Amino acid sequence: MFKKKVLLLGNRGSGKTSMRSIIFANYIARDTTALAATIDVEASHVRFLGNLTLHLWDCGGQETFMENYFTNQRDHIFRNVAVLIFVVDVENRDAAKDIGYFKSCCEAIQQYSSDAKIFVLVHKMDLLNEEHANKIFLLKQHELNQVSSSLKVTYFRTSIWDETLYLAWSSIVYSLIPNVQQIENQLKKFCEVCEADEIVLFERATFLVISNASLRPHEDVHRFEKISNIIKQFKLSCSKAQAQFQKMEVRNSNFTAFIDILTQNTYIMVVMSDPTIQSSAINININVARSHFDRYLQHQATESN
Amino acid sequence: MAQNNKFGESFNEDQMSYQDESPFSQNQLTAENKPRILLMGLRRSGKSSIQKVVFNKMSPNETIFLESTNKIAKNDVSNNSFIQFQVWDFPGQLDPFDSNFDYESMFSNCGSIVFIIDAQDEYPEALSKMSSTIKRVYQIQSSVKFEVFVHKVDGLSDEQKISAQREIQEQAYEDLQVAKLKEIELRFHLTSIYDHSIFEAFSKVVQSLVPQLPTLENLLNIFISNCRIEKAFLIDVVSKIYIATDFAAVDMQTYELCSDMIDIVIDISCIYGMKNESEPLGYDSESQAIIKLSNGMVLYLREVNKYLALVSLLRSENFEKHGLIDFNFQCFKKAIVDVFKK
Repeated sequence: MFKKKVLLLGNRGSGKTSMRSIIFANYIARDTTALAATIDVEASHVRFLGNLTLHLWDCGGQETFMENYFTNQRDHIFRNVAVLIFVVDVENRDAAKDIGYFKSCCEAIQQYSSDAKIFVLVHKMDLLNEEHANKIFLLKQHELNQVSSSLKVTYFRTSIWDETLYLAWSSIVYSLIPNVQQIENQLKKFCEVCEADEIVLFERATFLVISNASLRPHEDVHRFEKISNIIKQFKLSCSKAQAQFQKMEVRNSNFTAFIDILTQNTYIMVVMSDPTIQSSAINININVARSHFDRYLQHQATESN
Repeated sequence: MAQNNKFGESFNEDQMSYQDESPFSQNQLTAENKPRILLMGLRRSGKSSIQKVVFNKMSPNETIFLESTNKIAKNDVSNNSFIQFQVWDFPGQLDPFDSNFDYESMFSNCGSIVFIIDAQDEYPEALSKMSSTIKRVYQIQSSVKFEVFVHKVDGLSDEQKISAQREIQEQAYEDLQVAKLKEIELRFHLTSIYDHSIFEAFSKVVQSLVPQLPTLENLLNIFISNCRIEKAFLIDVVSKIYIATDFAAVDMQTYELCSDMIDIVIDISCIYGMKNESEPLGYDSESQAIIKLSNGMVLYLREVNKYLALVSLLRSENFEKHGLIDFNFQCFKKAIVDVFKK
């Protein structure tokens, strides 16, 4: 069992708790306004993919807490970190404060967990005018890069109101999955066997994309996070009606998409545009793949631990 | 559904009768003569937001960014070729009876007028404008239907909602009494753009303008009883307003689920099902979807025509032999096409 510590840091009100509630606790965006300020650190454990546990440390961003993290609690907070996620409210007037905090984070990380992966989420991008959005994002990126010293940082622009949230978190989680490359290889093989246009593997509870394989190019590079978002919203609608969806088949004259449970912790989506292939054939293939992937993931868990 | 003939027979021309209450006949289908739903109300009562959320797929959260409307926006929502209506987002601060407007022609083709009253604001002004409008319109065209949306009720408790509606209703009828128009009927709906109530209300408004409604309902009843379907809606895919449903009571949760199913089908079709942008929604004649739920129910969507989808909810054991359902559906679809051809 892999346990990975994930730090969520950022100025107060930047959106850390909202994001984590949406991704991991089935909140809808609108309900996050009801969330209160986080007091000190709120830790939660999230099981992911069966063999991975994320220890999420949601660190309240009020000034007194932040100061504590860099001083009294320094090694407690920054030791053994696998991933640091720093959240910046793009509309925060006090940019200097964000930069200051980020600098301190980078220094502490370098000191205690120099191997940690660092992500910066430039958040609340929906509040910006589309014209200026990109410029402002690049500016923030530039400002923060100045203080990150030699550390490698990956930047994402996010908003809880669209699919960009899913792209960021899928990428973060992807970096934590052990042997993700092997999963990808298996998926590619499966795609070839099915002669599918595209296959996407999702984590079951969050619908974050774990991996994908394609035989056919597609022009929309943002389709994965869009699908995550779309299906997650539908999942939430179903739970309002006290039901959960198990499987889904959507088609028109150009395609058929099958979404089904693959293993205990994953969902798979198979997209076909070949109209000659019957749905029963796809179902059979998914059933066979299921036992293969089941064995495969379990085999990995025992092997790596 | 025993034989194809039997089904087809029940709906031949002679036997079909439906109440044609709307102030237009089906021959008046030129662009300017489409039946209209007019949205009216005070400034900032929520008319533009309603229009955007229902007809333009805008998320309710984005509507706070909409600016005050300054001119009449004539939004031709021809999203359904059989049932055509227009929503006139009439800005609240303009007087509809300003002599510059040709209000005669505007109201004479009107099917329904929907008054939006903000439940969280003061009522007197809205109500007085409403009763004076009703009075004027009634003089021009007495067959116009009047509907009242008691709007923005999302923040109110159930008790508050009921008392708001009661207050508004009482005052409205009193005003009509005073104006010697007590024969006019008003329908009241509690609405909010933050849940499905606005769609439910519009569904009722649209249904009262559909002359073929009883026939559609009959067709749906026959279809669901023969297929052992629990509930079915004939839904407009763009607005998610349902044009008709079977006689079983409408449970909002079921309607919401069916409406959400349309969303997910359209969204996925837009990503994977668009070949050369021919259908902007990715919705074509072969569009269909099956969703299996963990509670043993199945949602089944079939395309009926360019704008309408039939969304059914049934138990999964009744769906197992869905070849039979598909056959019945073809009969149903053909009947619908015939109904609207006349």
